[in-house]
Amino acid sequence: MIASQEQWVRFTPRQRLVRFSWYFGIVAALVFSARNVEIIPEFLYDAPEQVADLVSRMWPVAWDYYPTSVHAVMIETLHIATLGTIITILLAVPVGFLAARNITRSTTLNYLAKLILVSSRSVNSMVWALLFVAVFGPGAMAGTMAIAFRSIGFVGKLLAEALEEAHPGPIEALQAAGAPWISTVTKGYWPQIQPAFWSIALFRWDINVRESAVLGLVGAGGIGTALDASMSLFDWDRVAVILISIFTVVMLAEVVVTQLRKRII
Amino acid sequence: MHGLRTDTKVESGQNARSLVIRHLDKEYVRGVPVLRDINLEIAGQGMTAIIGPSGTGKSTLIRCINRLVEPTRGEILLDGQDLVKLHGKALREARRRVGMVFQEFNLVERLTVIENLLCGRLGYVHPFPAWLRRFPEQDVARAFELLEVVGLKEFAIQRADALSGGQRQRVGIARAVMQEPRILLADEPTSSLDPKTSVEIMELMTQLAGERGIPVVVNIHDVHLGRRFAQRIIGMSGGGIVFDGPPDELRDEHLKLIYGGENWLQ
Amino acid sequence: MSEARSGRMVALGRPNWLVRAGWVALGVYVVYAGSLLNVTWDRFVIGLAHGAEFIGRMFPPNVSRLELLFSDMTESLEIAIIATFFGVILSLPVGLLAARNLMPVWVTWPARLFIAVCRSFHPVIVAILFVKAVGFGALAGILALIVASIGFIGKLFAEAIEEISLKQVEAVRASGAPFMNVITFGVLPQVLARFIGFCTYQLDSNLRNSTMVGIVGAGGIGGTLFAAFQRFDYDFVCTILIAIIAVIMVAEVGTQRLRQVFQ
Repeated sequence: MIASQEQWVRFTPRQRLVRFSWYFGIVAALVFSARNVEIIPEFLYDAPEQVADLVSRMWPVAWDYYPTSVHAVMIETLHIATLGTIITILLAVPVGFLAARNITRSTTLNYLAKLILVSSRSVNSMVWALLFVAVFGPGAMAGTMAIAFRSIGFVGKLLAEALEEAHPGPIEALQAAGAPWISTVTKGYWPQIQPAFWSIALFRWDINVRESAVLGLVGAGGIGTALDASMSLFDWDRVAVILISIFTVVMLAEVVVTQLRKRII
Repeated sequence: MHGLRTDTKVESGQNARSLVIRHLDKEYVRGVPVLRDINLEIAGQGMTAIIGPSGTGKSTLIRCINRLVEPTRGEILLDGQDLVKLHGKALREARRRVGMVFQEFNLVERLTVIENLLCGRLGYVHPFPAWLRRFPEQDVARAFELLEVVGLKEFAIQRADALSGGQRQRVGIARAVMQEPRILLADEPTSSLDPKTSVEIMELMTQLAGERGIPVVVNIHDVHLGRRFAQRIIGMSGGGIVFDGPPDELRDEHLKLIYGGENWLQ
Repeated sequence: MSEARSGRMVALGRPNWLVRAGWVALGVYVVYAGSLLNVTWDRFVIGLAHGAEFIGRMFPPNVSRLELLFSDMTESLEIAIIATFFGVILSLPVGLLAARNLMPVWVTWPARLFIAVCRSFHPVIVAILFVKAVGFGALAGILALIVASIGFIGKLFAEAIEEISLKQVEAVRASGAPFMNVITFGVLPQVLARFIGFCTYQLDSNLRNSTMVGIVGAGGIGGTLFAAFQRFDYDFVCTILIAIIAVIMVAEVGTQRLRQVFQ
C-alpha cells in the first residue's frame, strides 16, 4: 500500500490533483475578480476621513427622533415580519405536504412543490419587495407579501423534511383504525412534527425581522423607509438612532427565539 | 537525540529517570480534597500500577503529573524539575517528556493513523510545517517503525475512526512512545477493552517501555491485571495512598482496606 | 425527549382551552396587524389585476442590453468571490476566539459581541455605511459582504468548535504541542468538514446578496435592476431576474460539488 515507508504524503496523487485543481480554480477566480473589479483608489485613501466624518455626524445620536418618527415604523417592521411569517406558514404548509414524498405519492406533485420552493428561495427578499411594490403599490402590504413569498421556500423545505422523518408507526395505527385523512394528519403527523414546526416558524421569524428592516429602502414599508429618508437627507444622527433600534430589536428577537425554542424542544 | 537536559537540577541520591511527588493535594471544589498529601517516588524502570475504587482520585493523580489537571498544592519533580511551577513554553517542554495513554484512546478520529502517531511529535514541530504535514524524516520513519511493532502498518493511511478499540489503543500507545518520553502515564488504558485485548495492550506497553527503559505508571481498576504486569502496586483509597509495595505483598486485607467490604473477594 | 413528546401527545388528546385561546389570539392578531398594515382583500384583488398587467409587460424579456447585463453580473460574481474569500479567512480566527470551550471569557465576550453586530444588520444596511465610507462601487459591496460572512461563518464555526470532543484536544495538548498545533491537529480536523460546508453556503448567500447591494450603490447588478424597476422597464427587469436566478442555481450546484471534494 505504501510505496516507501520513509515518504508519507497526506493524499493520494488523484486526490491531490482534484484538490489542486479546486485550489487553482479558487485562486484563479479570486485573482481574476480582484484584477477586474472596479475599485477607485482615490475613494479608498479618503476612507479614514469619511469614516471620521460619518462618526462625527452620527454623534450625538438624535435620540429625540425615536419617539416622533422611528417607533411607529419599528412596530410596523415587526408586524411585517410577524404577519409575513404567518402568511408564509399558511402558504407553505400545503406546499410542504405536497413536497413530502411519504404523504404525497405523486412524483409530479412532488416536483411541482419543489419547484415552488426553489423559486421562492432563489429570489431575494428585496427583489420580491420590488415586484410587490410594482403590484400592490408602495407600503407595508408589499413588504408583508415579499416576506411571505420569500419565506415559503425555507419553511416549506424544512417542513417537508420534518414530515418525511416522521415515524410511520402512529400513522399506520390510525390508518388501520380507519381514521379519515384529516385525523391521520392532526393526530398522527402533527404531534410528531410539532416541535420542528414551531422551531422552523420561530427561526424564520427571527430571519424575517432582520430582512423586513431593509424592505423600506425599496418602498415596501417598515423602518427601512425612515432609514432611506434620513440617509437621503444625510441626517446621520438620525441614521444612528435607526441603526441602534434595529440592532436592539434584532438582538431582542434572537433572545426571545432562543428562549422559546428551549421551552419547545 | 533529545537527551538528558543538562540544565535540570538533579537532586542528590536520585536516579536521573525519576518522578517524585511530594505533598500533592488537589481540590476541585475548595475544601473538598480529592487527593490528600500524596507522596510518591518512582525511579528506574518497570511498571507501577495504581489501584483503587472509582472516584478515589487515581485519574486526577495521573492527570496532575502532566498538569492536564492543576494541582492545588505540592511538588511534582520530573528528573528534579518541579512541574507544578512551570508555565507556557517550559510546561509544554515538560509535557513532551511525559507520554500519556488514555482510557478512551483520545485519537483524533478524523486524522489518519500515521498522523495520529505524528501527533506525538507536535511538541517539536513548528506550527506551519506541522500544518503542511512536513514532519522531519526521522520522525516519519520512526512512526512507521512503531506502527510495524504494534502491528498496524497496513492501517497507516486509514482514518483512526476506522479502527477497533484494541487497534486504537495500540495507536494511542505508539503515539505516546513517539514522544520519546521520560515516563509513560496510562489512565485506565484497558477499561474500554475486552479481557483478551486488555492483556495484549498491557503486554505491548510493558514491551515498548521495557525496551526503551521508560518507567510506566498505570491506573488500573483490574487488580489481577495490575498484579500480573506491575512490579509495584500502589493502593489508593479516599484520596490517599494506603498500600505501596510489590504485588506479592498485596493481601486480601490490603484489598479490603482499599476497596472496603469483603464479599467481592470470595 | 421522547417522553416529553409522548406527554404532549397525551395532552393533545383532550381539548386544551389554552391552546384554543392561543389560536383565537393568533386570529385576532392577524386581523389587527392586517388592518394596521393596510393588508386588505380589496387591495389584494386589485393587486392581482396589476400583477397580471405587470407580468404582461415583463414578456417578452428585453435582450437588447445584454452587454450591460453581462458586465454587471460579472461584477456581482466578483464581489461575491472576493468577499467570500476574505470573509472566510477572517471568520476563522473570529470563530476560534468566540469558542467558549477553548478561550477564556474575556476573549470570547468581545468576539461574540463582534459576531452579533456583524449578524444583526442586513448586508444592504452595512453596504449603506460602506458606501458612505469608501464611496459608490464594488468595494463597498465587498466590504459589506465580508462583514456578513464573518457574522454567519463566525457564529456557526464557534458553535461547531463548542461541540467538538475535548478528549482529542486533550491528547494533543498532553504531547506538549504549542497552541497552534493543538488547533491544527486537535481542533481543525474535527470541524473542517463542517467549516467547508459553511463556507460554500456563504458563497451561495454572498452571491444572492451581491445582486442586491447595488440597490444602495454598492456595485453589481442590483443597481441596474433597481433602475430598471424605477423606469418601469419591466421587460429588462425580467431579463435580469432570469439571469440572477440562473446564476444562483448554477452556483448552488457548483458549491455542492465543492463540498464533496473537501469532505
